[in-house]
Amino acid sequence: MKRRVSITGIGLVSGLGTGLDEHWQGLMAGRSSIGPITAFDASGFPCRIAAASPTAQIKDFVPKSYRKATKVMARDIELAVIAADLAARQAGLITPGTHDDAAAAGRTYAAERTACHIGASLIAAELDELTYALHKSAPNGQFDIHHWGREGMQSLTPLWLLKYLPNMLACHVTIVHDSRGPSNTITCAEASGSLSMGESLRVIQRGAADCGFCGGATARMNLMSFIRDVFTGRMTVENDHPASAVRPFDVSAAGTAVGDGASILILESNETLEKRGGKALAEVMGFGASQSLNRANRNTSPAPDGRGVRLAIEAALRDAAIPAGEIDFIIPTGLGHAPSDQAEAAALLAVFGDALAQTPVLSPKASIGNTVAGAGAMDVGIAARCLAEGVLPPIMNRAHALPGLGATRPKRAPLYALCVSSGLCGQNAAVVLKKA
Amino acid sequence: MSTRIVITGIGWVTPLGHDIETVWRNLLDGKAGASATERFDASTFPTAFSSQVKNYDYRRFVTRQDCHEGVGLNTAFALGAATQAWNMSGLGAFAGLKTERMGIYLGSGEGSLDSDNYFATNIAGWDEAKQAVDGAKWAATAFRKFTPRKETEQEPNQPLNHIAMELGAEGPCYNCLTACAASTQAIGEAFEILRRGDADVMIAGGAHTMIHPLGVTGFNRLTALSDRNESPATASRPFSLDRDGFVMGEGAGMLILETLEHAQSRGATILAEICGYGSTADAYRITDIHPEGKGAAAAMRQGLSQAGLSPADVHYISAHGTSTKENDSIETKAIKAVFGGNPQAPFGGAPPISSVKSSLGHLIAAAGAVEAITCVLAIRDQVLPPTINYGTPDPACDLDYIPNVARKTRVDVCMSNSFGFGGQNDSLVIRRHA
Repeated sequence: MKRRVSITGIGLVSGLGTGLDEHWQGLMAGRSSIGPITAFDASGFPCRIAAASPTAQIKDFVPKSYRKATKVMARDIELAVIAADLAARQAGLITPGTHDDAAAAGRTYAAERTACHIGASLIAAELDELTYALHKSAPNGQFDIHHWGREGMQSLTPLWLLKYLPNMLACHVTIVHDSRGPSNTITCAEASGSLSMGESLRVIQRGAADCGFCGGATARMNLMSFIRDVFTGRMTVENDHPASAVRPFDVSAAGTAVGDGASILILESNETLEKRGGKALAEVMGFGASQSLNRANRNTSPAPDGRGVRLAIEAALRDAAIPAGEIDFIIPTGLGHAPSDQAEAAALLAVFGDALAQTPVLSPKASIGNTVAGAGAMDVGIAARCLAEGVLPPIMNRAHALPGLGATRPKRAPLYALCVSSGLCGQNAAVVLKKA
Repeated sequence: MSTRIVITGIGWVTPLGHDIETVWRNLLDGKAGASATERFDASTFPTAFSSQVKNYDYRRFVTRQDCHEGVGLNTAFALGAATQAWNMSGLGAFAGLKTERMGIYLGSGEGSLDSDNYFATNIAGWDEAKQAVDGAKWAATAFRKFTPRKETEQEPNQPLNHIAMELGAEGPCYNCLTACAASTQAIGEAFEILRRGDADVMIAGGAHTMIHPLGVTGFNRLTALSDRNESPATASRPFSLDRDGFVMGEGAGMLILETLEHAQSRGATILAEICGYGSTADAYRITDIHPEGKGAAAAMRQGLSQAGLSPADVHYISAHGTSTKENDSIETKAIKAVFGGNPQAPFGGAPPISSVKSSLGHLIAAAGAVEAITCVLAIRDQVLPPTINYGTPDPACDLDYIPNVARKTRVDVCMSNSFGFGGQNDSLVIRRHA
């Protein structure tokens, strides 16, 4: 008999704002955070737009005693730590991260009963710092590896490597909040955040923890990360009209835009949540994971028939023990990259059939951009807010929906939501939520 | 009545060979894999040697070459190890296989940087006046130098992706990257997925190489590597007083896990059973492990408790044993806290321990999977691999480390430990299937 689990905190950071409320207001107003890239001179790239860089500063989101450690945080890590702080505070958790004297205030959960599962991307080194060191070993413009080995590398701070290990997102969050239960770092591109949430969910369900930090974070505004995004072939080149450039599930979808972002959720077992008198924002009813096989393009997008995506959705619905018809709205990956959107649409049509015409399909990426490892839990957080508010934000940039995806209003006050994340390399995760 | 999980296939690609029996024989014979680094010119680096996989070609292992052209080394290692395990399991010939009930859980590392082009592009983009990289200059060189496929193939979920394409897995698939604990954790989480019934078969393990200029730079800056350049083969000396850091290795280890029911239904040969998994976080410091090894001990206890075993039931511990000052003494402390409670018994009752990193070097994310496989083989052959290069005893490391010579003994239950930078602790319990 598995335990019931709810979401009690939602920490979001993206170009749209800092915190769930700013995201909600931005989405309800149909605001786009996508604009010309300002983080670097992007004039040499075919894609020159992205979501705005989040303005939140790390020093405002860690205890004073931890400020020194922020020096060894890549932006991905900072964003995860910021989102974790926001989420823990919304949930009303007392941890050493949220209270200077957590022991005196009485910790909500013991360290050993707190889990942490955070998705991460391949983190690119800060190029100014690295190149400053490299160019000293290139007296004639040619890199001299002998010089580098002898002395050049000494220009890098001794802890240089630790800024860029993907598990440092979870590592810093576990230290800040003193979380010593099961912890993991999932690196599965756009599926990372949802798969990480699934890991926290299962750990709490099986009784190995009562509470979990889960989600993911990414920073794309680095030349190296950005060129890798360009190389996936999924990016828009519609640089002239950024706000309408990303058009998920529209027949004219022509590519996605990326952005820095993080989303951390607090999950708690209903049992311990009730005991502490906390408030659930939504209940997690089901989870499913699968792999797409699109050998033709090595899973740059799911296979056109959407089979892999469908398997994840069906597994989540089975786990939730509800029929597809109960789902009131859906937040799929919705990159705005036509082959990915079409495969997802095929999967949704296969699962929902005619009912899809009455089931709105939202796509926050039109507004927030693709925050890769930060995206999955962001969609779940937004879905939870929709359930709590009983309304859905407007669908942006979809004048001509793909066949079957035309619904704009739910058939009833929303009770169940489905979120789906499909990533580069084919991993899929699906989550079913219920209004709390 | 909880579901039992068994191992039905194993495979690896390591610096001591590319098949199960060769590597195992080399480990038992006390061979070492380290030599001068040939992958790139490391001659002036503080550490100029490593434990490299040599003369390896993944193409002889795969049947869908079209999907794999241009993969990174980490993925090449992963494919060789996974197909070996797959072939041993006999699943390829099982008509009843449901691909949507077969998943993959890897703890694989990112691919190697395209170093020469990466360095050249960054340097070309450097603006001396601004002391910063100029985006336009950088991009102009980058689009000329970089190959899109080489960049995309560095994503850490590519080994998983390629195994899925090769073997057809459509079930739950994950890659976790928890530094040096990654593939032990992957096996543990795959075990949990099977236990809760979300799949019938899981391919679990890891693949990694950091033998490239910035990989070695990163660990050299942390002063984590041995710099015994005059004697690579004896540089990895876990638990000895004069150990001075780990030796970078590379490779892959993969296991096929199945529910007992599924394995029996198809008449599979069962190699061993996974019966316990423990996982904790230190939440201590980003650089250091907890000085008392509290988190490590907690992971070992969790593993035993899930297995329903007591410390005295364990016949062998495959240690994390990196050959760094800090790890080996703290791991010893943690093992003693869990296993050493009997003052009458030799070594307080702690079982024999060895670190195959003494032979193979440290395979980073892939280390745990390779070490789990040595536990399976120890149970199969009733013999324990040695800790080679063991010399001057360290008073802080005072257990039985199976010094230098393999040992024939009764082996029914093994524990395999892995600890990662960032305070990740994972322990697996593997036992004879009966």
